[in-house]
Amino acid sequence: MSAQYVRPLDLKRGRVDLSHGAGGRAMAQLIKDLFARELHNEYLAQGDDGARLDNLAGRIVVSTDAHVVSPLFFPGGDIGSLSVNGTINDLAVMGARPLYLAVSFILEEGFSLAELARIVASMAAASRAAGVPVVTGDTKVVERGKGDGVYITTTGVGVVREGIDCSGSRARPGDAILLSGTIGDHGMAIMSVRENLSFDAPIVSDSAPLHEMIAMLLDEVPEVRVMRDATRGGLGTTLNEIARQSGVGMVIDESSIPVRPPVQAACELLGLDPLYVANEGKIVVICPPESAERAVAAMRSHPLGADAARIGEVRADERNFIQMRTALGGGRIVDWLSGEQLPRIC
Amino acid sequence: MRYIDEFRNGELAKGLAAAIRSIADPARQYRFMEFCGGHTHAISRYGVVDLLPPNVRMIHGPGCPVCVLPIGRIDQAIRLATQHDVILTTYADTMRVPASERLSLLRAKGLGADIRMIYSTLDALAIARENPDREVVFFAIGFETTTPPTAAAILAARAEGLCNFTILCNHVLTPAAMHAILSVPGEALDGFVGPAHVSTVIGSAPYEPFARDYGKPVVIAGFEPLDVMQAIYMLIKQVNEGRAAVENEFTRAVTREGNRKAQALVSKVFELRESFEWRGLGSIPSSALRLRPEFRAFDAEQRFEVPYRSVADVKACACGDILRGIKRPTDCAIFGTACTPENPVGSCMVSSEGACAAYYTYGRFREVAA
Repeated sequence: MSAQYVRPLDLKRGRVDLSHGAGGRAMAQLIKDLFARELHNEYLAQGDDGARLDNLAGRIVVSTDAHVVSPLFFPGGDIGSLSVNGTINDLAVMGARPLYLAVSFILEEGFSLAELARIVASMAAASRAAGVPVVTGDTKVVERGKGDGVYITTTGVGVVREGIDCSGSRARPGDAILLSGTIGDHGMAIMSVRENLSFDAPIVSDSAPLHEMIAMLLDEVPEVRVMRDATRGGLGTTLNEIARQSGVGMVIDESSIPVRPPVQAACELLGLDPLYVANEGKIVVICPPESAERAVAAMRSHPLGADAARIGEVRADERNFIQMRTALGGGRIVDWLSGEQLPRIC
Repeated sequence: MRYIDEFRNGELAKGLAAAIRSIADPARQYRFMEFCGGHTHAISRYGVVDLLPPNVRMIHGPGCPVCVLPIGRIDQAIRLATQHDVILTTYADTMRVPASERLSLLRAKGLGADIRMIYSTLDALAIARENPDREVVFFAIGFETTTPPTAAAILAARAEGLCNFTILCNHVLTPAAMHAILSVPGEALDGFVGPAHVSTVIGSAPYEPFARDYGKPVVIAGFEPLDVMQAIYMLIKQVNEGRAAVENEFTRAVTREGNRKAQALVSKVFELRESFEWRGLGSIPSSALRLRPEFRAFDAEQRFEVPYRSVADVKACACGDILRGIKRPTDCAIFGTACTPENPVGSCMVSSEGACAAYYTYGRFREVAA
């Protein structure tokens, strides 16, 4: 019997329907004509339930991240490239060389196939640019109203570089605290779209794969003790996480923390503190004080670390407070955020 | 950033701090109340206290819109959303204020109530337009700064015949609260840092009775840290010279008359309430606004059966004394233990403008050298 005719995917006007997740022909077609076409590689070509990765050796790192960003497309990226870069960065800050990605899509019934195609293409481009293939994947469809267009979960596998030992628990009193660049760009890019704010110089997300910059850093400064990407909750939250995990306190200098003027302006307008605004292309690095200069120089030698700066010092403090010298000359705590950061009233 | 960085400049702050030290008489104490939560926030956020001599103490006043909202008012809003099935729209900070039965607007939302955070009254109008078959209520709160936008929304709604839009009006008045603070016996205040944004609307004239009748200096100041420091310097100078006058540090935005257009808008739509209950300060006569009779069609309290029921504050909570400047946040037995920003008991712990939240978030431990 000849193969039954299936209408080609309508990538212009088509919509996701429940059959695209039902395991039948429609799903097979979506995978073949959209996902596989964009993301193709030898592992996906195996066509099995999972990918066999033969050449993994050493200390293996696994990391997973769900992406639920709204809007799906924003200045400087979209949920597709974000989901690739985010997981690559999670692996890289563990001191690992990112090798493979797995991806799972939750699609909402009625979601535009054209937008899905754009997202998958962007994902494929990010994966190619970073040299980290998507080796396996999954798709589910939920009923209309039960999702927000598309949710993407990516899982990454990497191998830790020889001689590197990075963990959020390794900060020691006296260590230097470094930051790879300006803060708040991603969060304010998203907010400015949501709130319809426009600026002379538009705010662009910093979403980027940092593994190459981190590799250059580790080439020069293998003794780095902590690396962490300052994503959700921003720099303030990331520093608090590290302080608690390492059982230390920190003192940072407000005037040393780079913030782009449009980001600062948008934060002022909405009553937000850039310290708590999300980043998607910035890391905090903690290293012995004598390595700090070399580490900053190494990051600055890569375009994604051009604004790297030394922002403070680790202190002994059993209460794990992050203290900040304000630009005004006073002092304050940089506390955990309580709940969501909400705009002030007047 | 231009026009902002200048007012946060560390070098200028050093100079001002030295000037304040040079005129502050070490033989006496200075007790100034910054009325506004915006000032409280700036003082804590930038560490201004570290730059003041120890005998200059700042007392945090009640000018934080959500802090003075009594529990009964939040209960009313929650009842509107849960029992009358309205879309309740509100400014963000209000979402977390604790109400009765361990509820808050945020928790009520989690339980299925349709409560939406908005940035502007225009958003509330848009929601009303998009949902013609639903009732949309704007939970209107705030001092004189947020009142004109509510008035404008009411006029817009009337002009376009938006019948499904009403407000739950909680707009309150700054001078009335200052009178209430001065008429209650407590530790004497030496003067006020006067509101920034509120004064852009009402002008500086409404503060003149405090200087004339109570003998208290008032210096209106902007919300940037150098504004606050300059105002403190001006207050100390008045105290030292035995003067009590209304002075204006915030001349780049505030005039004696204020914003006449905004005032006209407000008086067209609103009238005085005989009395309004404030959290911590109790009932204060003529301290709040309600819609004029010709706008009652837009009054949620008229359209829906949600009578106001007064609810006593939690006993252990010292918000009342803190709002009046009698206690510091750290004097409260439950500060930082039972009451934290994650689980606020009192309203002062909710908003970043609240004295307790500002203390907890920015200042509960300080040792960085100035």
